[in-house]
Amino acid sequence: MKIKIIIPTERIQNPIIAESMVKTGVLLNIMVANIDSTYGELIADVEDGHFNRIKEALEERGAFVSTLDQPIHRDEEECVECGACISVCPMKVYTFDEKWNLFMDDKKCIRCGMCIKMCPHQALKLGD
Amino acid sequence: MVEKSVQEINNKIKDGSVNVVTAEEMVGIVEELGVEGATREVDVVTTGTFGAMCSSGLMFNLGHSEPPIKIQKVWLNDVEAYSGLAAVDAYLGAAQISDTRGIEYGGAHVIEDLLRGKEINVHATSYGTDCYPRKVLDTTLTLEDLNEAILLNPRNAYQKYAAATNSSKRILHTYMGELLPKFGNVTYSGAGVLSPLSNDPDYDTIGLGTRIFMGGAQGYVIGNGTQHSPTNGFGTLMLKGDLKEMSSDYVRAASFTGYGSTLYMGIGIPIPVLNEKIAKATAVTDTDIITEILDYGAGSRDKPVIRKVNYSELRSGTVDIYEKKTPTSSMSSFKNARKIANELKEWVKHGKFFISTPAERLSKTDVVKPMKQTHAIPLVKDVMSDFFVTIEGKHTVREAAKKIWENSFNHLAVVSDSGELLGIVTAWDVSKAVAENIFDSVDSIMTKKVLTCTPNEPVDLAARRLDTNGVSAMPVIDSERHVVGIITSDNISKLLARRY
Repeated sequence: MKIKIIIPTERIQNPIIAESMVKTGVLLNIMVANIDSTYGELIADVEDGHFNRIKEALEERGAFVSTLDQPIHRDEEECVECGACISVCPMKVYTFDEKWNLFMDDKKCIRCGMCIKMCPHQALKLGD
Repeated sequence: MVEKSVQEINNKIKDGSVNVVTAEEMVGIVEELGVEGATREVDVVTTGTFGAMCSSGLMFNLGHSEPPIKIQKVWLNDVEAYSGLAAVDAYLGAAQISDTRGIEYGGAHVIEDLLRGKEINVHATSYGTDCYPRKVLDTTLTLEDLNEAILLNPRNAYQKYAAATNSSKRILHTYMGELLPKFGNVTYSGAGVLSPLSNDPDYDTIGLGTRIFMGGAQGYVIGNGTQHSPTNGFGTLMLKGDLKEMSSDYVRAASFTGYGSTLYMGIGIPIPVLNEKIAKATAVTDTDIITEILDYGAGSRDKPVIRKVNYSELRSGTVDIYEKKTPTSSMSSFKNARKIANELKEWVKHGKFFISTPAERLSKTDVVKPMKQTHAIPLVKDVMSDFFVTIEGKHTVREAAKKIWENSFNHLAVVSDSGELLGIVTAWDVSKAVAENIFDSVDSIMTKKVLTCTPNEPVDLAARRLDTNGVSAMPVIDSERHVVGIITSDNISKLLARRY
């Protein structure tokens, strides 16, 4: 499952992610990481059965953890199927079929939100 | 030689014997039957395109109020329209943005809302005259309430478009969409094989008075578009059509993040196959249409050409940029372009649409000139401080503090032995180090990711870079990264003070 980890300013100096992984032995596959000296936000993949353990370990160390179970929603009325979203998606969620219909594979989506900003018709949103 | 007249083709449309194909289908027909055979066989080739056409707008007439008003300024849902015309005429540009909502809602959105039958708030002001005494007007109306609502688009349906990429280190928000840093993607526009003007590149049949498919209704070409540039294959069209007859399937508002609002227009143009030359032109393929990929990283008018590319490569999903496979995005919809070409084909086939002869041909020799600028724009080297203080990275924080204090200068450029810029240290960095009891070398406390500019850049670009990154100064460097000066927000304020 995909999860979002937020590291607040006061904990940004601590190796929270590494400590949590070492302590629990649960592996996080980090897909997007935006970390600087003031704030951190990561999107990672973790096996469903291990979620509770890693969540507990991360939260003990001051991180905030939430699950990303709502995929990006495409409003088919607004969408004109231009394909602007295709090149900005790091996970190749969007493709054209042979008839130039836009196809979306939400299982690959890591909710990074790049496509939302790209869409000229505001047809993509997080959640429903 | 096969020759046909528009009259003959229209007679065939009338009696139902006309043979119409789309520009995509024509490629295979010419391949199979040859140019002569295809000219004999096919009467009309339909084209289509569906994409962002910012230079579009609505000319409308509101009808007279009681008491009457000579409108000086007018807003539709808080988007200002131009009303320096007779009393209640105005022109709403698609790219004008809302005074209250900004770029998320613009003229294009008002046009789409009108088309969808929604009510629009109108606010108008005036100075009052004897014949038009009213000074303020507020009302709510729909498309039906307008006397005329004519889409009058100064520049639509570019023959082809330059593609876009970005060499800089940050995401650029442009009218070509989000351009990812370091050549992360390429965006393009245009329907390639279906593009109207690319199927008639000598403008043999498309001219002033050509009847077309415009936004789902019949419209007209009323001349070449603005910035018409036929000599290098970037022709454009000026179009008009009645919004009241159009469909919201083909007239769609959009907003590009960080750029603004625009109107997606669906345009289709029928090309009568009058002779072999025209037949051959309509067999154009994606591979034949060549454009350039431009680098938007510089923010300047003259964008560097990264490479030439054809539409077949662009539409394949990736193009090679410096030997790296780079993903592409289309900003226009090929699916809708194809739908338009097919719909126009059905109209012609079923006698609902007749071909026209242009009253005048489009220019084949125009050249687009850049703007004549009579006020020289200041460059970074004109306003930067030549005086700057450098320090080497191995020096201590204490030495940095001393230099700042002795020179009364807030920014120290940290340089290597050979004088190359490595980082920057500010009075703030030094204070922070002192507060935290760090007295190591300067390179441990400096900012390494330094924003820089070059001496010959316009000041406006440097000012925008300072502003968007929230910093107060940037070292000015030459091509070898040697520091030649520093530009601060103070330098820019002084420039403005001189200007006014």
